[in-house]
Amino acid sequence: MRLYELTAHELKEKIERREVRVEEAVRALLDRIAEVDEAVRAYVTLAREQALAKARAADERLARGEPARPLEGVPVAIKDNMCTRGIETTCSSKILKGFVPPYDATVVELLERAGAIIIGKTNMDEFAMGSSTENSGFFPTRNPWDLERVPGGSSGGSAAAVAADEAVAALGSDTGGSVRQPAALCGVVGLKPTYGLVSRYGLIAFASSLDQIGPITKDVRDCALVLGVIAGHDPRDSTSVPRKRCDYLKGLVPDVRGMRIGVPKEYFGEGMAPGVRAAVGAALKTLQDMGAILADVSLPHSEYALATYYIVAPAEASSNLARYDGVRYGHRAPGCPDSVTMMTQTRSEGFGAEVKRRIMLGTYTLSAGYYEAYYLKALKVRTLITRDFDRALEKCDCLVSPTSPTVAFRFGEKMNDPLAMYLSDIYTVTANLAGIPAVSIPCGFGEDRMPVGLQILGRHYDEATVLRVAYAFEQATDFHKAKPVLGGAGADGAVVGVAPACGAAATGDGSGEAGGGPTRKPAGGEADA
Amino acid sequence: MPERAKVGTAWAAEAAGRPGRAQDGGTGAVACASEFEPVIGLEVHVELSTKSKLFCGCQAAFNAPPNSHTCPVCLGLPGVLPVLNRKAVEFGIKTALALNCEVASFSKFDRKNYFYPDLPKNYQISQYDLPLGTSGHVDVSVDGGMRRVSIKRVHLEEDAGKSVHESGTITGSSFSLEDYNRTGVPLLEIVSEPDLRSPEEAYAYLSMLRSILRYLDVSDCKMEEGSLRCDANISVRPKGSSVLGTPIELKNLNSFRAVEKALAYESRRQAEILARGERITRETRHWDESRQVTVPMRRKEEADDYRYFPEPDLVPLEIEEAWVNEVRSTLPELPGVRHERFIREYGLPAYDAAILTESKDLADYFEAAVAAYGGDAKAVSNWVMGELARLMNATGTDIRDVRVAPAALAAMLKMIDDGTISGKIAKTVFEEMFATGKEPSQVVAEKGLVQIADEGELARIVDEVIAENRDVADEVRAGKDRALGFLVGQVMKKTRGRANPQAVNRLLRERLVPG
Repeated sequence: MRLYELTAHELKEKIERREVRVEEAVRALLDRIAEVDEAVRAYVTLAREQALAKARAADERLARGEPARPLEGVPVAIKDNMCTRGIETTCSSKILKGFVPPYDATVVELLERAGAIIIGKTNMDEFAMGSSTENSGFFPTRNPWDLERVPGGSSGGSAAAVAADEAVAALGSDTGGSVRQPAALCGVVGLKPTYGLVSRYGLIAFASSLDQIGPITKDVRDCALVLGVIAGHDPRDSTSVPRKRCDYLKGLVPDVRGMRIGVPKEYFGEGMAPGVRAAVGAALKTLQDMGAILADVSLPHSEYALATYYIVAPAEASSNLARYDGVRYGHRAPGCPDSVTMMTQTRSEGFGAEVKRRIMLGTYTLSAGYYEAYYLKALKVRTLITRDFDRALEKCDCLVSPTSPTVAFRFGEKMNDPLAMYLSDIYTVTANLAGIPAVSIPCGFGEDRMPVGLQILGRHYDEATVLRVAYAFEQATDFHKAKPVLGGAGADGAVVGVAPACGAAATGDGSGEAGGGPTRKPAGGEADA
Repeated sequence: MPERAKVGTAWAAEAAGRPGRAQDGGTGAVACASEFEPVIGLEVHVELSTKSKLFCGCQAAFNAPPNSHTCPVCLGLPGVLPVLNRKAVEFGIKTALALNCEVASFSKFDRKNYFYPDLPKNYQISQYDLPLGTSGHVDVSVDGGMRRVSIKRVHLEEDAGKSVHESGTITGSSFSLEDYNRTGVPLLEIVSEPDLRSPEEAYAYLSMLRSILRYLDVSDCKMEEGSLRCDANISVRPKGSSVLGTPIELKNLNSFRAVEKALAYESRRQAEILARGERITRETRHWDESRQVTVPMRRKEEADDYRYFPEPDLVPLEIEEAWVNEVRSTLPELPGVRHERFIREYGLPAYDAAILTESKDLADYFEAAVAAYGGDAKAVSNWVMGELARLMNATGTDIRDVRVAPAALAAMLKMIDDGTISGKIAKTVFEEMFATGKEPSQVVAEKGLVQIADEGELARIVDEVIAENRDVADEVRAGKDRALGFLVGQVMKKTRGRANPQAVNRLLRERLVPG
């Protein structure tokens, strides 16, 4: 197994045992990026020199005999909406081009303190608004399983980087599914923690009451490992909750016998692709076979969730994004006669179409005379949705559902139909509205042998149970070991073939045959500019 | 004027007495501007004198080099979050209590959205529908009577920065610079109900408010430094009417005097418009200090839409009863109460009590001097309001920096009482004490100012003066009493004030006025 293919806990162990130097690990990842990122385009900025310098410093530490920290030497990727001191941070928006933060986000501080090495910033939908990473102000990221398809979004760069072994682990942010949906579409693990568990300080806000940072990893153990590092109260974030630290690794018991797992009927209705339905159905069967008790539950207000989300999120965004006006940092429209024109022109030039659409939506719903009908009403529905979950989770240890109604779709398929794009998040927005934790784990393959994600949702602050069920499922299956086939870059750039590398156990549609996946068109480096 | 039921501007034309109406009501053809009264409400912003800003750890200081007190949080850099300053909330609670407000047990912050280069986030964190304090009142003494002014609300918000325009004005400049030192400094907004009925009342209310805030030590309330700012809403209506007219918002009121003058001007302007039978247009007007007029800033056809919504980066503010009680226990005696006590306890005239209690430090000084003196409090009051105030004004000295200790003033008063120095000499002594901080006994000794106690020596000088001023002495002998004063003055001059005027008077009379 190559170094870049290792999980974080595997790599950390090798480093701890001095089988691998940190610099070696970082170089392996940088080489892997050089090899495949021209095709995948997961990164917007690489921090090559900083990463190598930190790697050497880590090696010196270890040589001095200092103990290995929890993520010692693990190369990680950070979504480009988290501030990194000295490394350009853009939210994949032209308006922030050139912005180099003078401070680190709390999560970045925590990762580095735990020994992780930040190797770069990953692409995303501009300001995290989107479900395909096509809304990046710079370029789209490709799904490593099929380069003609989207990786999901908005943390598409982070999910693709982990899936393509361009990062051992990554951070994403999840406002309505932006960690879980791309994790599902790229066949990796993605967790949205309970609102308030992870500090948002340094996360460039999209919708403050919904945003939460979460890990994207190759397996559930890594997810627990990274979560343990980034979770915890931060005095700089008033919405982060003071709680006792929890050892999420300890809770990883591969046993779900007797656990009650709720299956919300509203999440299995129309609009779900047959391949997804089959894979998730098979996953439920697997859990049942493992001794879990499946229970039908109802979340009656689910049908209003998407509408509620698209009131609350754009409203907050319209205010959060007001600061990008060209006065202090980032893009400034040149040659304007006065400050009003300058601010207007800067924003017209700097923001993309989807961001403008949501700013307008949010501005409208907060306007006098509409506030009560939209925003205030949405807050009330939000409370009802939260109550639905509280009730369902009184009787169940956790709930399961598909993460996304479809597998990864093709570029351009939904770009002209925002509502179709928004439907991509129909199963994920509820966890953000309710503030509860939810993880997406690989559970098989659906249409065109593309990965399918199983979503497990839990009670507030009960990440332990969510991760335990995810871990047990993962231990009983092999889906997380499947890898897209990438690489073999020729002299002329990346010519890439893709196929599920691993036979999948217990999938419904019998997508078990390995290899021989359809080969994909070569992807030229500039084709997607 | 007939009582009117309609609200808004429609009544203006009627109030002005249009012919038809006038015949009906028999009020005469032309209304007179003096038949109107102003209705005034003040919106006061004070900068709280906390060490750090409202949502970050930056120092909240005045007059620092531009942008030297800034950080990612108050600069609104991407990704930062606000953390509420507990001290600012405490100051807010303290003020709300002092203004007799109900302190909210559940309060929250909201975003007020508007674009301006001096506002880094392009929204201001303020409080909208659940302010810190509501329904309070302040008692203000006006023309010897008391007037209760209702306080609508007290809320916390963050200050904006300052735009500095190249050539002084925004229109004449090719660029502007931004100074964000003030950004995020805690402001307390205190909104009165439209309870004030004259510019003088507005002035008195503002003075009382400033006095209270200084007593609480929550703000230095310096209007010239912008730590106290005041906007006014004013409308006029026929005297006796209970209907509100169209309010005009007045801005750029940069001193207490400006508040009073602008309100007087505006009250006259509006009354004249109504008297002519015209209508008032709702707008914001700017006080032009140099021309002493108000000029329109912008039309205010409808309320600005600030798209307020709850600040999602802060949790609601739950204020426990225990905290409120704790803050209540730290409240000092407030100026109104102290004023009453000064009259009652020291037998001071209301005028003296008002001046002495306006500033807590001055009142403290007075009380300390009275305690040390033990004599007539009115004598202390006379010296504090007289010589001390005169010297403080002349030298621009704050009461806190005065070098004469209250006990020293008391000691000096005792020296007058026991005849060591005359009241006249005391002024010289006090000036020296004020300048040097020396004890009165030391000043008297050094300058040889001890009163001439030896009657023989004094009599010799009196005889000298009579000899040198025979004409005047004759006038006195002829019964011209006024001329006696001149001779007393001459003796005082010769003794450089060290003579006891009563003794001099007696000695002169003994010699010039028979019987």
